[in-house]
Amino acid sequence: MKQIAVASGKGGTGKTSMVASFAGFAGAVLADCDVDAPNLHLILKPEVVEKIPYRGMEVAEIDSDTCIECGACERACRFNAIENFRVIGEKCEGCGVCPLVCPVDAIEMKKRVTGHVYTAHTRFGEFVYGLLGAGEEASGKLVTVARKKAVEIAERVGAPLIIIDAPAGIGCPVIASIGNTDLLVMVVEPTMAAVHDMERLLEVAAHFKVNTVAIINKYDINEDVTKRIEDFCTARGIEIVGKIPFSKKFTEAMVRGMSIAEYDASLAEMMKNIWERIEEYVNASDESHNSV
Amino acid sequence: MKITVASGKGGTGKTTVAVNMALANGATLYDCDVEEPNANIFLNAELEKIEDVSLMNPLFDMNRCTLCKKCAEFCRYNAIAVLPSDIMLFPELCSGCGGCKMVCPHEAISEGERKIGEIYRGEGEITIYQGLLNVGEARATPIISRLKRYVDDNGISILDAPPGNGCPAIEAMHGSDFVILVTEPTPFGLHDLKIAVTIVRKLAIPFGVVINRHGIGDEGVERYCREEGIPVLMKIPYNREIAVLYSKGVPFVKEIQGWRKKFVDLYEAVAE
Repeated sequence: MKQIAVASGKGGTGKTSMVASFAGFAGAVLADCDVDAPNLHLILKPEVVEKIPYRGMEVAEIDSDTCIECGACERACRFNAIENFRVIGEKCEGCGVCPLVCPVDAIEMKKRVTGHVYTAHTRFGEFVYGLLGAGEEASGKLVTVARKKAVEIAERVGAPLIIIDAPAGIGCPVIASIGNTDLLVMVVEPTMAAVHDMERLLEVAAHFKVNTVAIINKYDINEDVTKRIEDFCTARGIEIVGKIPFSKKFTEAMVRGMSIAEYDASLAEMMKNIWERIEEYVNASDESHNSV
Repeated sequence: MKITVASGKGGTGKTTVAVNMALANGATLYDCDVEEPNANIFLNAELEKIEDVSLMNPLFDMNRCTLCKKCAEFCRYNAIAVLPSDIMLFPELCSGCGGCKMVCPHEAISEGERKIGEIYRGEGEITIYQGLLNVGEARATPIISRLKRYVDDNGISILDAPPGNGCPAIEAMHGSDFVILVTEPTPFGLHDLKIAVTIVRKLAIPFGVVINRHGIGDEGVERYCREEGIPVLMKIPYNREIAVLYSKGVPFVKEIQGWRKKFVDLYEAVAE
């Protein structure tokens, strides 16, 4: 079984629109790993099979009746998560140092449900998505749980492939989303900002030894920058598997809850060609992968 | 006045709003998207490194260590593995909490600094501060928290938050006087806006919405804001000229007449 992650560095370049289109061709298990701002389910309209509670890091809780307000916890906390003998939940990293230093045992670490992993049927196949509670942390761990679930389902239904919709950025949840995948499909727009972000994402991909191909979305917004992206990628041996023109049809499809492949026949043809190239690439990477 | 520009969904125009607003009002800009800082692409200030950001990581003295595993049992990040004759640290997992050192009964643990990123400052038309996470590092929040120490309480400070609704975005919002949520009028924009609203309400910070690319999608965002009594502070229309300027890294208050004033008005509306 192979795993493909679709990522971008910069947000809003069209990752989810790409994944939704590929979903119709791929016969893959789909996994939305953008757990603090997931969107793929808005297109896939999942019929939820299972809702699995996720317990992230514990959070410290101070019992104000027992607390003698000595301030030892506040001094020991490296995350500035305690102020005036109260825990700021959003800042607590769940490390467990404060109960260690409390002289009167007034602090307890509490486990809580901080998100869910859903498994679902969709018109394109099986789907797994994580949803972190608003303001909760440890999104990287939730990504890992969602990916494990996707592998389990793919093995059960005999799907040859998992497609992962990754979050923006290059930090914890992105590393959790692209690590140990067979291919990173990078979606980039021809803007100076997106080029900068692409370069950083490529460094992460290299750091974790993930093969990469690129799609240039809205390539006609600025053809000079598109050329720069092409030169940059060519120099690094990164294949550009597709160039997609700017089209309002992407937004129109999204508003109707459809993938672009379902909404527009000519764009569907283009997405299909891109997908076939990606599939070829993943299958061809077989030998190199096995020889490692 | 500290204003954080955040969004939930990525690519909705946070940096566009933050940069144009800072330029129009002579504010200091803080780029808190330390994973992918973009604001200076639009300002072109010469950046100078002013600080390395480090986390404390444990160092093990193997002459004292008895491999008792107390540190590994304590560590909630699974950053320490005790092997039959050695001890191993996974530095990317370590939060730097210092708990392992406290629980070690043999005083075998000391702490050393491990660099995870940098803080930069630049002077151009306005002053910019920027955090940068080293590639391969997972924890953006400590860098944002260091960056925020440079925020001046007296002037106008505009913080450009990272995308998403996770810990880095919350760290950028925490302690602000006002949060501007930038969204696009699409189902994706609306979905992520709702999550961001839940968070800003939890943090009890006054907030309003800026709709970017107005005209491309549907009415959902405006209907939602109306129903929830959330002020829509500005609408930036979708047009090709703005998109092309953005692609070149040019702030549109510099090129398109009338927008400088609109961003001055936006600040005044926010400052009440």
